[in-house]
Amino acid sequence: MHGMIMVVYMLTAIFLGGFGNYLIPLMIGARDMVFPFVNMLSYWVYLLATLVLAASYFVPGGPTGAGWTLYPPQAILTGTPGHEWGIILMLSSLILFIIGFTMGGLNYVVTVLQARTRGMTLMRMPLTVWGIFTAAVMALLAFPGLFVACVMLLLDRTLGTSFFVPAIVEMGERRDYSGGSPILFQHLFWFFGHPEVYIVALPAFGMVSDLISVHARKNIFGYRMMVWAILAIGVLSMVVWGHHMYVSGMDPLFGFFFAVTTLAIAVPTAMKVYNWVVTLWRADIHFTTPMLFALGFLVTFVNGGITGLYLGNVIVDVPLSATLFVVAHFHMVMGIAPVLVIFGAIYHWFPKITGRMMDERLGKIHFWITFLGAYAIFFPMHYLGLLGVPRRFYDMNDATFVPHSAVGLNIFMTTMALFVGLSQLIFFYNVFKSLRHGASAGGNPWRAASLEWQTPETPPGHGNWGKRLPVVYRWPYGYNIPGAPDDFVPQNAPLQKGEHAT
Amino acid sequence: MALESIGQTAKVELPRPRGLTGVVADWSSDQRSFKSASWGKAMMWIFLVSDTFIFSCFLISYMTVRMSTTVPWPNASEIFALDIGGKRIPLILIAIMTFDLITSSGTMAIAVNFAYARQRRMAALMMLATAFFGATFVGMQAFEWTTLIREGVRPWGNPFGAAQFGSCFFMITGFHGFHVSMGVLFLLIIARAVWRGDYDRGKPGFFTGRKGRYEIVEIMGLYWHFVDLVWVFIFAFFYLW
Repeated sequence: MHGMIMVVYMLTAIFLGGFGNYLIPLMIGARDMVFPFVNMLSYWVYLLATLVLAASYFVPGGPTGAGWTLYPPQAILTGTPGHEWGIILMLSSLILFIIGFTMGGLNYVVTVLQARTRGMTLMRMPLTVWGIFTAAVMALLAFPGLFVACVMLLLDRTLGTSFFVPAIVEMGERRDYSGGSPILFQHLFWFFGHPEVYIVALPAFGMVSDLISVHARKNIFGYRMMVWAILAIGVLSMVVWGHHMYVSGMDPLFGFFFAVTTLAIAVPTAMKVYNWVVTLWRADIHFTTPMLFALGFLVTFVNGGITGLYLGNVIVDVPLSATLFVVAHFHMVMGIAPVLVIFGAIYHWFPKITGRMMDERLGKIHFWITFLGAYAIFFPMHYLGLLGVPRRFYDMNDATFVPHSAVGLNIFMTTMALFVGLSQLIFFYNVFKSLRHGASAGGNPWRAASLEWQTPETPPGHGNWGKRLPVVYRWPYGYNIPGAPDDFVPQNAPLQKGEHAT
Repeated sequence: MALESIGQTAKVELPRPRGLTGVVADWSSDQRSFKSASWGKAMMWIFLVSDTFIFSCFLISYMTVRMSTTVPWPNASEIFALDIGGKRIPLILIAIMTFDLITSSGTMAIAVNFAYARQRRMAALMMLATAFFGATFVGMQAFEWTTLIREGVRPWGNPFGAAQFGSCFFMITGFHGFHVSMGVLFLLIIARAVWRGDYDRGKPGFFTGRKGRYEIVEIMGLYWHFVDLVWVFIFAFFYLW
């Protein structure tokens, strides 16, 4: 439940559903998404999906305890909590989510491809839009795997088909299943599951690029390479799913193939990291709250990415598999890093959404607690993983291979997690306080060049742009151009004398 | 309504480069990447790509299950045979169903042609014919399901061999039949609108407040041809293998 809610219902929904819907039309100069009604339908279906999922707390047996991977046969057999109703509701909810997402995803893709304003070429779009667009395309291709897996698992659970369950003895009794293949589920699940990581990460990459560029008052370094890197990551991430299954048993040649593709993703990803760092090089960095969160992302993402290189290698992965090292890795790279971006993005775009600034002092306190707290929680976890502490156990009894000091670390991590969790109340307090009492923001408080800050009204009125759509003359990173009157040039300001179009 | 918001511009367009240069030019231009496609048509195409992945996952799962099962797979040509005049003719029903569905693709194409020619009565009639063939297909599928269920085939097992035969059969043909049924439903709705001349007056269709246009018939056609195409693959992999 925790994993599924976080990855699908929170991260995917906020990045694509939330920021996608808000930022795409503003950033490409459209009045709305191309099919607003379908979009609304997508939201209601999503809400229904979350309600169905939440309902599983109130049914006999409670929510499913199968983890976010829902591996059969375990997920649907007795002994797993929630095997009566929880798993059925989880699978139904996912099917609903995918139907809802498909409606929204089609909208994002078509809006970006077909509804841009005059002058807005693909290569003049902010990287945020590139990230969300690529993620939406990937989601449309990857969610089918999960959809099919859910339908088949649901049939296994309710009608007693044997897609995924082999002949099996349970509590000393032979069940009616026979001849199914649990590995098939893993393939279908991870065909979705791995692209899902990048469905979350690519919008985060895009937003971080924009945040860094705005708050460092410098154009993003290597914009075109950034775009191609996003696309390369998108393509590669569709062919790496096998690295989640090294210990499920696979032909060594396949293991080799998946290890190569997995490590190949490090190339475009590292390129992006270098470009972010080079953008910061000798820049006029403003340590605003959004910038702090963006820099926090850089650190945690590099950290989580490097442990990913360990796990991508078959021989290193096999001993580390199913230990806390894996948990620490994916929480660092896919939990903390995107969540920091979400916070940064909210601090950054809040003035556009509400017309008011958020409190900087509270924001900085929030950042430091969250950032340092995340390290306090997850850094020791790497060490525990190397000791061999397995994941998913809440009590190790007298496991002799784990030294007693591990218990102390566990208690420390738990305390920190509770503390960091509680301190998020600062953020919510800040949001609600700033909503009423925040300082007035004006149209463009960060003095940003991209199109969403150039709306005639703040917050943007119905139809975003007033009577006439804006016309775009340059890319969204026009900062500190020599000879320009200001240190930024908006995308929709006409070309100056002698200026080359970018 | 402003032209900007229906995804189509009325102004005369300058000639664009052809071939690969044309593709590059379109994708590096502003406003629209697919120059001749409206929003609705682009959306349907992209949806069909996504749906292709769903059907592919179903079919690949079926192939995997079929190859890894421990019990022999039932012989398709024996199971899908009908007693006609005392003879068992293999695959006869499926042949008729396939022929029926492909015919419906033909009438759909004619309907699109009539719709763009603004002959709305003929267009509506052809869409009705398409819906009729579609409904007949679903009817024959229901007959096929009944026959198999009478013979003891169930999703969880059957007397002829591997249990997964029934599971895959009901799941995949059911999912495809659902697509056909939805198609029939929307064909009827659009045929009614075409018959009444809604699109001559620009009355908004469903899911949108924008002006309805005859293009909706073509978009419907895209979906219908896709459903037919998928059937060809199901036919090949399920009945002929």
